[in-house]
Amino acid sequence: MTTLTMKVNGKTRTGDAEGRTLLVQFLRDELELTGTHVGCDTSQCGACVVHVNGKPVKSCTMFANEADGAEIVTIEGQAAEDGTLTAVQQAFQDHHGLQCGFCTPGMVMSATALLKENPKPTEADIRHYLEGNICRCTGYHNIIKAIYAASGQDVSSIAAE
Amino acid sequence: MYNFEFVKPGSVAEAVAALKDEEAQPLSGGQTLIPTMKQRLNMPGTLVSLTGIPELVGVSADGGTLTIGGATTHAQVAAEATAYPALAALAGNIGDPAVRNRGTIGGSLANNDPAACYPSAALASGATIVTNVREIAADDYFQGMFTTALDEGEIITGVKFPTPEKANYQKFEQPASRFALTGVFVAKYADGVRVAVTGASEEGVFRWTEAEAALSSNFSADAVDGLTASADGLIGDLHGTPEYRANLIKVLTKRAVAAAA
Ligand SMILES: Cc1cc2nc3c(=O)[nH]c(=O)nc-3n(C[C@H](O)[C@H](O)[C@H](O)COP(=O)(O)OP(=O)(O)OC[C@H]3O[C@@H](n4cnc5c(N)ncnc54)[C@H](O)[C@@H]3O)c2cc1C
Ligand code: FES
Ligand code: FES
Repeated sequence: MTTLTMKVNGKTRTGDAEGRTLLVQFLRDELELTGTHVGCDTSQCGACVVHVNGKPVKSCTMFANEADGAEIVTIEGQAAEDGTLTAVQQAFQDHHGLQCGFCTPGMVMSATALLKENPKPTEADIRHYLEGNICRCTGYHNIIKAIYAASGQDVSSIAAE
Repeated sequence: MYNFEFVKPGSVAEAVAALKDEEAQPLSGGQTLIPTMKQRLNMPGTLVSLTGIPELVGVSADGGTLTIGGATTHAQVAAEATAYPALAALAGNIGDPAVRNRGTIGGSLANNDPAACYPSAALASGATIVTNVREIAADDYFQGMFTTALDEGEIITGVKFPTPEKANYQKFEQPASRFALTGVFVAKYADGVRVAVTGASEEGVFRWTEAEAALSSNFSADAVDGLTASADGLIGDLHGTPEYRANLIKVLTKRAVAAAA
């Protein structure tokens, strides 16, 4: 066991990890931040996406030890203390970008990273960026719409079906 | 996953020393190694992380050569390999953004997955694989599926790509994994054209020499028309027969030449 220290959602947090402890296990089991989900555990689905030093990564495919000293942002770090949602979160609600919600933490973290890199993405840019995020419910269209709306663009230009 | 010791050295020399232990193995982006460890296909006693070694990271262009550090991520290559646009484009289409933020060129070349993208770029460019002990020409480096010229404990510190006059990579994606069902990298240099094929052969990446000869005398998609890639030794699986892959090799070569020209 080693003791790791990270800045998680702006707060310094410490916890113990074995060599094999995955970042997602550290966040969920050690720090009790269970908003980050494990959908597949095989690097395919993206439910576990968090930001490490500002970049989206699959936390099921990174060892916690690799994140020692890093800045981590998770879904819990999105809404303000008073519950006010971010533009991306609000747009997911407004455009029905979720059904069961299991993929949503990863979708929101990927979408937020996309809009930071590319503030006015096209529909094709959004679909390409979400290649590693799988949703079993929505059929994606409302997710794409939500992200397009969150970027401040007019969603009526996106096909309805 | 079986447990292991985790060490994170700050220099190549320390990493090489840590890898002297027979049970030790390098860890780069972990995008291949972690999944195989979860399946218990791999059980190192110690993982030596290469992600904290500044000398292994970076992209630099100098006098017709693009040099990429062994632990440079796909995302960084996509953003910074402007001297070699076809290579930057290849890196920017590996997996998805999260995979590209962790996965590295050294890990990809060390693994030599028969469906990986980078091996085709290295072979088509006549790249040089630089390790902590020597330099290996791409033609000698790839030795069949998941097999390379690397010795135990040897680490890839960088890759040198001669920058071509024209080049293009065409990847026909396997729709589930998004690896290359077949991929073709074409690179044109002053002294000739090289064509490397990934995803298709039981032996991993290989050069299509007939197409190289035809394209070296006439760099146009039509030059490949009269050729047929052989289906002998090609992969047959539920995604495609050997004959299907053989046809893809020709189609993708033509597309790559058309896009590069
Ligand atoms: C969802 C998903 C999609 C993917 N899609 C693609 C794709 O489309 N195309 C593609 O090409 N790849 C794809 N990959 C693989 C990806 O590119 C990996 O990043 C890459 O194959 C391995 O690089 P790594 O840095 O993650 O290596 P690791 O997983 O850390 O290591 C892989 C192997 O190489 C060894 N190693 C690592 N670095 C070195 C070094 N410097 N010297 C010597 N040995 C070393 C390790 O010991 C290990 O055996 C995908 C992966 C995932 C998870
Ligand atoms: S749980 Fe990490 S990618 Fe699915
Ligand atoms: S909303 Fe159910 S998986 Fe996406």
